[in-house]
Amino acid sequence: MSRFLNILAAVLVFLPLPVLAGKLGLGRPALPEEIAAWDKDVRPDGQGLPAGQGSVAQGEEIYLERCAACHGDFGEGVDRWPVLAGGQDTLTDERPIKTIGSYWPYLSTAFDYIQRSMPYGDAATLGADETYAILAYLLYMNDIVDDEGFTLSRENFTSITLPNQPSFRNDDRPRIEYPLFRDRCMTTCKDHVEITARAANVDVTPK
Amino acid sequence: MSEREKTDRTRRRFLTTSLAALGGAAATPALSGEKPDPAITEVQPWRRHLGPGVDASPYGLPSPFEAQVRRRNVPWLTADTRSSINFTPLHQIDGIITPNGLCFERHHSGVAEIDPSRHRLMINGLVEQPLVFTLEDIRRFPRENRIYFMECTANTGMEWHGPQMNGVQFTHGMIHNVMYTGVPLRLILQEAGIKASAKWLLAEGGDAAAMTRSIPLEKALDDCMVAFAQNGEALRPENGYPLRLLVPGWEGNMWIKWLRRLELGDKPWMQREETSKYTDLMPDGTARQFTWVMDAKSVITSPSPQAPITHGKGPLVITGLAWSGHGIISKVDVTLDGGRNWTEARIDGPRLPKSLHRFYLEIDWDGRPMLLQSRAMDETGYVQPTMKALKAIRGENSVYHNNGIQTWHVRENGEVENVEVS
Ligand code: HEC
Repeated sequence: MSRFLNILAAVLVFLPLPVLAGKLGLGRPALPEEIAAWDKDVRPDGQGLPAGQGSVAQGEEIYLERCAACHGDFGEGVDRWPVLAGGQDTLTDERPIKTIGSYWPYLSTAFDYIQRSMPYGDAATLGADETYAILAYLLYMNDIVDDEGFTLSRENFTSITLPNQPSFRNDDRPRIEYPLFRDRCMTTCKDHVEITARAANVDVTPK
Repeated sequence: MSEREKTDRTRRRFLTTSLAALGGAAATPALSGEKPDPAITEVQPWRRHLGPGVDASPYGLPSPFEAQVRRRNVPWLTADTRSSINFTPLHQIDGIITPNGLCFERHHSGVAEIDPSRHRLMINGLVEQPLVFTLEDIRRFPRENRIYFMECTANTGMEWHGPQMNGVQFTHGMIHNVMYTGVPLRLILQEAGIKASAKWLLAEGGDAAAMTRSIPLEKALDDCMVAFAQNGEALRPENGYPLRLLVPGWEGNMWIKWLRRLELGDKPWMQREETSKYTDLMPDGTARQFTWVMDAKSVITSPSPQAPITHGKGPLVITGLAWSGHGIISKVDVTLDGGRNWTEARIDGPRLPKSLHRFYLEIDWDGRPMLLQSRAMDETGYVQPTMKALKAIRGENSVYHNNGIQTWHVRENGEVENVEVS
């Protein structure tokens, strides 16, 4: 009898928990208004773009008021705040400048990000028209559109492509790097060793 | 001589020297017996008077003598501490677990100070039924306890241009390793019913940056978790209280803190953190994207520039950490001569996949300069490369994923500096 109980106990322990088999019925349905309040992400194919539009001139005005204090009147970045314009043809330089114009692959990223996180310290306060306008101005500052009268809208949004988009490819470390890094040499792995650089000479470590 | 015999011999030599030291050869007054040690002969205040009672510190703190053990930032690195990073003091901790208060911080818009009663987790997108959970709902799912390292993709990033920072805290401190308690992400997603067309997951934080990352659904259903506790207590605000996502072995930026929303979709969202940032610029101007895994890496935490040798020659414990986003660390080797000859170190403590491993090499230091390095090999056979080998492929404009071998130069006087070797 006790043996039978033991076996039964063992079986019970190893049975998958019944709760794992199906849904638990936890949570409640999300309401459409709730989803609309939080789901504001925008994809490169335009999914998620709100209705609206804004011109370069409108964008300049909003930008100067709400962004320029940190990012500079021309997107050049004040002090160490991020640079938003320029840097074209610097990606192979010693100090590449990565901006929407020089590096970013998709314009949708900028719409999504500005609406999501900017202005820094006062996020989630820009309306759709304002965001389109700021972006129109950023495109103008980055020489991606050269028409001062340009207006960006949901309708023409996906017709704009950023120049650096073709430069991105998926992670190729498994193919390029992993086969090279397999040598666990233990003895006489090099002929001689000398110090070629020292952090002390750079002297940037906080005291 | 086999590796095994060699370690045995080193160990024997070490034992003989330590025994000799105990026999009276060492220099400390206590052992020489010349002058009585006042630490022994005088009654210390704590030996005589009563100390504080229970509850003097309802949430206990380290000894005041440990006040120097703290996270540090590098002020020149960023414009503002709320869009910044600080570093775990790796040279001052041991074992594999990072104490909660020492876990490095990286915020994009400061620490969100969330009232848990007003925190919600939403699931929407390609699901049968979009859902909203409270924290109480989350605690009604089956839980798991897992220890994982979490490394910022930019850890060691300042060293791409050659040695910069004199301190392992600054070169390697964008990492922590804690035990999480939480719920497999799979179970939470299944509650909403994943549609067949769903291939990607967008995770979003509730902070002022509303940080987002796209994660392939395969990974989300594999070992990702939604955690509410670290090392047994609620997540710290700076680490995502009350909920954070765990993406084991993958870059820290994906481990969305203050997690408030999970959206399922059929394509990645190409968010700012997977385009402008966390992509790897190659020397020809092209860039790698979706470089999620953190490759095998290790570093000696002591001796190191902030933890010099102060006891002179004789028995010396060399210790450090090793980890891999691909699983378990199978070997750690240490060299004293800048990579000419290597000795296998001893891994001690739990050896868990995607967790820090602690290694030790006990030597009898002869007081001569050393060029110390460690090198990890993981269960896939991947061997941690030199920084030179990485630069040969990636150039010097990379910011992220620097898992190259670190060199510490130990001088005769025990001081240690960060150097690059040929
Ligand atoms: C108070 C300073 C400040 C203001 C004002 C500000 N930003 Fe920012 N901006 C930042 C900081 C800091 C970051 C980086 C945040 C981080 O850590 O992720 C940033 C990042 C950005 C980025 C991403 C840069 C990159 O290369 O990835 C864009 C685009 C941007 N801001 C646009 C704007 C716009 C548009 C406005 C005005 C609506 C604005 N910002 C206002 C400080 C500011």
